[in-house]
Amino acid sequence: MKSFNFKSAANTKEATKLASGRATFLAGGMSLIPAMKLRLAAYSDLINIKKIKGLSGIKVSSKSLKIGATTTHAEVAASKEVGKSIPSLSMLADGIGDPQVRNRGTIGGSIANNDPAADYPSACLALNATIHTNKRKISSDKFFKGMFETDLKKGELIEAVEFEIPEKSAYAKYPNPASRYAIVGVNVAKYKNETRVSVTGAASCVFRSKELESALSSNFSVSAIDKVNISDKNLNEDIHASAEYRAHLIKVMAKKAVSSC
Amino acid sequence: MANLVGAKIERKEDKKFLTGKGRYTADINLSKQTYAYFVRSPHARAKIIKVDHSKAMKAPGVIDVFTGDSVVKDKIGGLICGWKIVSQDGKDMKCPPHPVLAKDSVNFVGDHIAVVVAETLEQAKNAAELVNVSYKVQKSVTRTDEATKFENIHEGIDNNLSFDFLLGDKGKTDEAFSKADKIVKVDIVNNRLIPNAMEPRAAIGDYNASSDELTLYTASQNPHLDRLIMSAFNAVHPEHKFRIVSPDVGGGFGSKINVYAEDVVIAYASKKIGRPVKWVAERSESFMSDNHGRDHVTHAELALNSDSKITGLKVDTIANLGAYSLVLAAVTPTYLYAPLLLGIYDIPAACCTVKGVYTNTAPTDAYRGAGRPEATYVIERIVTEAAKEIGMDQAEFRKKNFIKKFPHQQCLVHNIDSGDYDAHLDKAIELSDYKNFENRRSQSAKKGKLRGIGFSTYFEACGVAPSAVVMSIGSGVGLWESAEVRFNATGNVSVFTGAHSHGQSHDTTFAQIVGDKLGVAIENIDIVHGDTDKGPFGMGTYGSRSLAVGGTAIVKACDKIIAKGKKVAAKMLDGKPEDIDFKAGEFILKNSNKKKTIGEIAFACYLPGTFGDVNSPLPEGVEPGLIETSFFDPSNFSFPSGSHICEVEVDEETGETKLVKYTVVDDFGTVINPLIVEGQVYGGVAQGVGQALYENAHYDKSGQLTSASYMDYTMPRADNFPHIALDYTCTPATSNPLGAKGCGEAGTIAAPAAVMNAVIDAVGTDVQMPATAEKVWKALKKNGSKKAAA
Repeated sequence: MKSFNFKSAANTKEATKLASGRATFLAGGMSLIPAMKLRLAAYSDLINIKKIKGLSGIKVSSKSLKIGATTTHAEVAASKEVGKSIPSLSMLADGIGDPQVRNRGTIGGSIANNDPAADYPSACLALNATIHTNKRKISSDKFFKGMFETDLKKGELIEAVEFEIPEKSAYAKYPNPASRYAIVGVNVAKYKNETRVSVTGAASCVFRSKELESALSSNFSVSAIDKVNISDKNLNEDIHASAEYRAHLIKVMAKKAVSSC
Repeated sequence: MANLVGAKIERKEDKKFLTGKGRYTADINLSKQTYAYFVRSPHARAKIIKVDHSKAMKAPGVIDVFTGDSVVKDKIGGLICGWKIVSQDGKDMKCPPHPVLAKDSVNFVGDHIAVVVAETLEQAKNAAELVNVSYKVQKSVTRTDEATKFENIHEGIDNNLSFDFLLGDKGKTDEAFSKADKIVKVDIVNNRLIPNAMEPRAAIGDYNASSDELTLYTASQNPHLDRLIMSAFNAVHPEHKFRIVSPDVGGGFGSKINVYAEDVVIAYASKKIGRPVKWVAERSESFMSDNHGRDHVTHAELALNSDSKITGLKVDTIANLGAYSLVLAAVTPTYLYAPLLLGIYDIPAACCTVKGVYTNTAPTDAYRGAGRPEATYVIERIVTEAAKEIGMDQAEFRKKNFIKKFPHQQCLVHNIDSGDYDAHLDKAIELSDYKNFENRRSQSAKKGKLRGIGFSTYFEACGVAPSAVVMSIGSGVGLWESAEVRFNATGNVSVFTGAHSHGQSHDTTFAQIVGDKLGVAIENIDIVHGDTDKGPFGMGTYGSRSLAVGGTAIVKACDKIIAKGKKVAAKMLDGKPEDIDFKAGEFILKNSNKKKTIGEIAFACYLPGTFGDVNSPLPEGVEPGLIETSFFDPSNFSFPSGSHICEVEVDEETGETKLVKYTVVDDFGTVINPLIVEGQVYGGVAQGVGQALYENAHYDKSGQLTSASYMDYTMPRADNFPHIALDYTCTPATSNPLGAKGCGEAGTIAAPAAVMNAVIDAVGTDVQMPATAEKVWKALKKNGSKKAAA
């Protein structure tokens, strides 16, 4: 790791001000710190946002569940409000990394990083989330741009993620046996007027599967998935899984998710 | 005093390890210490045009930079192959030069080129980025089965062939095959593994110019051997002025046997700059540059007669040595492998060839089991196939072919002294509830899972030694072991052993032996190892040898203590030495109630004349002091064996394999501490399961190691395992007085075959290791599974 300045911001305004030049925000640091240790990333300043009041916490209304950006995975997993309103989100948070990661890692950090195999981005897409930043509100459909790339501008800070509460939802992950990130993770959310299905781990960026959405919107059942053809075009290939296997797993995980809804 | 041997005594060393008080090399910090960082090759194969370190030399905090030119100038020798193999044409194996810092070429990703020494680690790393190496990148080869067809990667080594080894009687074997009623064939890939000791390698060089003494702290399994090699071959420093300290060592699995380039360079750098130099491998360096293990491609054939008896075995293996030949690189896939191919079966004729090949990969060497897991995998896979092909029960076929009488001279090398193979298989069958397996298979099917069962009835050769044997087959040194038992005047005991624990619990096991032998309480016995300045020369810990060889040396030294004690006791008790009995720590004069405790004898040996007695208690000719040394060289290897029975469930949709039942019955001869042995077996099985289902060192086409972190290299984890049921049978070894056979590698040796036989039974078609979900899914699909194809 190369040396850097460590600064704590008291509020979002100060955080934005400090985040100039080669600086970046630090929340849980569960991806950032390892990247810096491997010298894959280097910054002049890390701006700690964990001390900013109001960035952490969970609020639930009849229609939505709002989670503060620095809320940890462990807090989400343990939250009764989350468990009641969107149980699949509790389960997802409880399956991220290991206990150490869950106790430090945050929802804002996870989606800002937009790792192609992370769990939370799939929840954002399936659960029609709105990303609240210090500047604006961004629809999740416009937020995730590409591999490790989001719509966030320099110095823009995520304040909260607001999920639309579905009728039912489920997340099924086939984990990479080594890293336990998703080789394929499928998140299914059924709303009154539509069913949203997102896929993580399978491609360079989380995406919504139009094929699965249209099949499940007309017939929300496991058998509907049988008829869907998932193309392996543009899917990832690595030492753990070929594109062909990932395409197959998308269907298997989608069935698993639907059957546990 | 209750018997210590055989008791489940909690590990003496656990207190420090479990409370974070272990002291590893990285925990040591010396005054005026500097930090080293290595510049490594990013290419699998390249000519080095130039190493320009002028910018690095000017970087902040940099003290010096050493390169291939520096070590040549200072006449530092290259790394050695310690056990040379002769090819079937009578020629010696070919070993390329292996400089500690590469000067002209690099041959694998991670090959060591230069070292930067700076005031801080960050400065060393920053400066290392400024070392400009110009390369001419060349084509590379990493695959074992392509090596002999590729252009020569080392000058003068044609077809990249180091040796072409043959063991066995080819004529007799061919004859057996020509008469066979049935021939069974298997093709096997034994996947390359990365040892992954929890503690990465580390070294601190500390040269004292005023005394000309060089101390090297290094995470090693065998500090005396390191010192010998580094003084005799690498010419780092003369042996009598050179001290190697290996404090607590956090796992080795064979990967800390070698003298590595980093050890030599760190010791050398400290001499050059006159200050301590510290290096601790980063995990990614461990992945790239620790010796790797296994990596064989094998074709095997088994001949059977009409009575279902095995009549012959033929095995042809290509073993990947990696870019260079390390200390035990050549013996591991030859003498530690080929003789073991016979397993525990009475096979009258066999022959095995092994081609050792060089590739542009990290060098391979001994890794937990070293040759025996590879051999066990071949024989246990082919025996399983044979039983299947002739439609015989797995257990019945094995029993029909087991060796029944001992001693048994095998047709290749080993003379097995003792064993009872039916006994451990019967016990394992009982313990695993084999008779109800088909019910369990149906239960699994109801859940939509394919259940399979696999057997592995293994044996292995432990306790390397014996010197006469190993030296006749190419070893550079005999493999005896040393011990010194030193009574202190106050009656407690320091035991110096040449073995060196890197997790084996010697502090406890050896103390149990000494406690029973001398009648001293276990807390009054200290086991000292890992420091060349403390105990006598020793060979170290590997090959499950510490107890059978090192433990026996301790027993023999204790015998000498007792013999001397009897002489002293005789004088003190007014008797003759032959009339003194020693029992439970007391010297007793026969037919009397006169006795002296061993503590009193020790005190008298050191402080004759105390208590106002002007007559020395020491008989004439007996020297003061109570210290005895023994060097033990056994007459034979020891041969543990056992039966593993594994059951798996395979998910047809994903191809994922789950271990659902695992049973082990081992014959380790005498067990000193069942608690420690259980730990060894659990860990060993976990490592073997890791090879079968998860672990794989993968190089891509350009020679990059793509499994170079825990993100991609799959280690087995606790949640991958069911309860492992363990039991023992016992036929004591006859080659050492303890009757101990060795247990450290058994789990790793047996497990891969048990797991893979179960996976293949479940899937119904061949799968190679590691049986990852995708591989199994593809096999299922090919085999016509509708669920897999859906």
